Amino acid sequence: MNIRAITKLAAGVALLAMTAGAVKAAEEVEVLHWWTSGGEAAALNVLKENLQKEGVSWKDMPVAGGAGSAAMTALRARVTAGDPPTAVQLLGFDLRDWSQMGVAANLDELAAKEGWDKVIPPALQEFSKYDGHWVAAPVNIHSTNWLWLNKAALDKAGGKVPTNIDELFALLDKFKAEGIVPLAHGGVPWQDGTLWEAVVLSVGGPDFYKKAVLEADPAALSGDTMKKVFDDMSKLRTYFDPNFSGREWNLSTALVIEGKAGAQEMGDWSKGEWLRAKKEPGKDFVCIRFPGTQGSVLFNADQFMMFDVGKKSADAQMKMASAVENPAFQIAFNKVKGSVPARTDIPDTDFDDCAKKGMKDLSEASSKGTLMGSLAHGYAQPAAIKEAMLDVITQHLNGQLTTDAALKRLPEAVAAAK
Amino acid sequence: MTTIEPMPVIAAERPRKSFADRLRSGLPKLVLAPSFAVILIFVYGFILWTITLSFTTSRILPVYKWGGFDAYFRLWSQPNWYVAMQNLAIFGVLYIALCTAIGLFIAILMDQRIRAEGVLRPIFLYPMALSFVVTGTAWKWFLNPGLGLEHTMRNLGWESFTFDWLVNPKMAIYTVVIAGVWQASGFIMAMFLAGLRGIDGEIIKAAQIDGASTVSIYRRIIIPLLRPVFLSAFIVLAHMAIKSYDLVIALTGGGPGNATELPSTFMYSYTFNRNQMNVGSASAVMMLMGITAIIVPYLYSELREKKQ
Repeated sequence: MNIRAITKLAAGVALLAMTAGAVKAAEEVEVLHWWTSGGEAAALNVLKENLQKEGVSWKDMPVAGGAGSAAMTALRARVTAGDPPTAVQLLGFDLRDWSQMGVAANLDELAAKEGWDKVIPPALQEFSKYDGHWVAAPVNIHSTNWLWLNKAALDKAGGKVPTNIDELFALLDKFKAEGIVPLAHGGVPWQDGTLWEAVVLSVGGPDFYKKAVLEADPAALSGDTMKKVFDDMSKLRTYFDPNFSGREWNLSTALVIEGKAGAQEMGDWSKGEWLRAKKEPGKDFVCIRFPGTQGSVLFNADQFMMFDVGKKSADAQMKMASAVENPAFQIAFNKVKGSVPARTDIPDTDFDDCAKKGMKDLSEASSKGTLMGSLAHGYAQPAAIKEAMLDVITQHLNGQLTTDAALKRLPEAVAAAK
Repeated sequence: MTTIEPMPVIAAERPRKSFADRLRSGLPKLVLAPSFAVILIFVYGFILWTITLSFTTSRILPVYKWGGFDAYFRLWSQPNWYVAMQNLAIFGVLYIALCTAIGLFIAILMDQRIRAEGVLRPIFLYPMALSFVVTGTAWKWFLNPGLGLEHTMRNLGWESFTFDWLVNPKMAIYTVVIAGVWQASGFIMAMFLAGLRGIDGEIIKAAQIDGASTVSIYRRIIIPLLRPVFLSAFIVLAHMAIKSYDLVIALTGGGPGNATELPSTFMYSYTFNRNQMNVGSASAVMMLMGITAIIVPYLYSELREKKQ
């Protein structure tokens, strides 16, 4: 009897140990992302280490290429096979599209516990939530309506930063006279779109941006204000160098860093290039909102969408979501990445001047209702409409379409993609 | 029993022999069976799947909800699709014509019993050993006005030299032709050279005795005799033109604007980047129909010739 009890106990203990072991082994998150470049990978490592401290192992699934389009192809394959990763880096309307497929996990409980509703800007929540439920943990907020200026070139041109688009043209003329490329731009559809949306915001203001870009109103897309936008785009085109076609954004940034070009319109990720070249904001380069867009912010936020992976990994998944929203991680990650934290309650003391400005602009725009999604980065329209609009923008910029043809084509393209 | 005594010997020998025979005749089928099955599923099965998807309302993921011909209407109302078709026409015609002409011309030159043929042949053939991505990237650098040819010529002192086709939307598709022709014409040369070597020397000698000039020997006798090679070259080049994707992606990325969009890049971007999987599938079906229109008459004529 005694011996039997002992064996039973031993078996029970062994069983317990085994299940415990199994639970421990199951504490794993598989993360699909396209942050593979040096700075990005380093930023992600912070999250990886934080999770490891909590006993959650990290299974990396990096798929680089095509600004995430290769990763999306991989995700399609995994979801179709019924085996989605735990968390996936996603942007904008892709979050909605995937949520619509009914594959999202529910983060409501965690979000309520940590008070996400209060600290994450409402404009961003629209994408992090689907049908009123939290499905994703936003990592950062980038904004696209920035202009990066080489300080030396600016000083030579008088040192005054432009505050509207006409002053910008005057400055670009001075850069031209200095014998440098006035505006460094890469002729790739998403970059053309990034420039275009900044010009739309500058020429038409936030209300026009909402009407034309967020609502894709046919009248706004073909009206007089839009005509001025396209005319200004044609004018900006005359300030590019002849080799802009197909150039990567970071090579354009390098031109400005080296002083071969005067300015670049680009999102705040280009700050990373400046910092890596050991340049200081305010001393070597100047970051301003694209002339005429101060007060509004066009955002583009990276989010980790949590996929429904069943009970087994749910715990690890929640730990990861919580770790993403951890203020210390938000600071550490965003300092490296060049973006600003996705929560507005984080002090800006640890950040550089450009990021401080970015954080101030963000909370101001969020409270004024002028924090709006970027078209070129999938936060204004679903992929089909976004790409249809980018087609017209890029064809016009490359001289394949006249301004009048572009004004006619833009609403047609939107209608055809719906 | 005794009368049929010798029979078992034969019977015993026979199955062994027939087993070896059966193995010998069955082995190729056995070895081919897996690849046959793989082709059946991954080529023909997926063709059927693509056709199915083109009649659904699939956008981000395959969904099996009947959408009728909606995807095809959408496809044929996309200005991009017309750009892609027009570019394919320009690229296909020039690519096939130039590769054939250059390949034949070099092959004829090589066939003149020149001394260093063994050295020259691999030089011409070598581009074919490169992947399209390498070709595209190399030509991208070479044709880039700020890095390559134009820059070099200007540095050498020819200040007004301009060759900006790569960044000029009207001319960019021709840079794809240049890179494609550079890569494939050596291979076509090898095909023609093999064809030329296969021609009976007696016919040419007879023509020479009859006093025919070299030009008319080539024009009237040799080139007509190369008809099957022309046909093979056409088939090889035509399908390479229709499916060419990596070359464009590496060389121009479909740009500037969408000036070098081809049906293959269209198919990829609509299926995977634009969440319009049904339209992408419809364009793939149109491409398949295009290739079928080329291959079927070819197969038909081949099979008919064999019967004769």
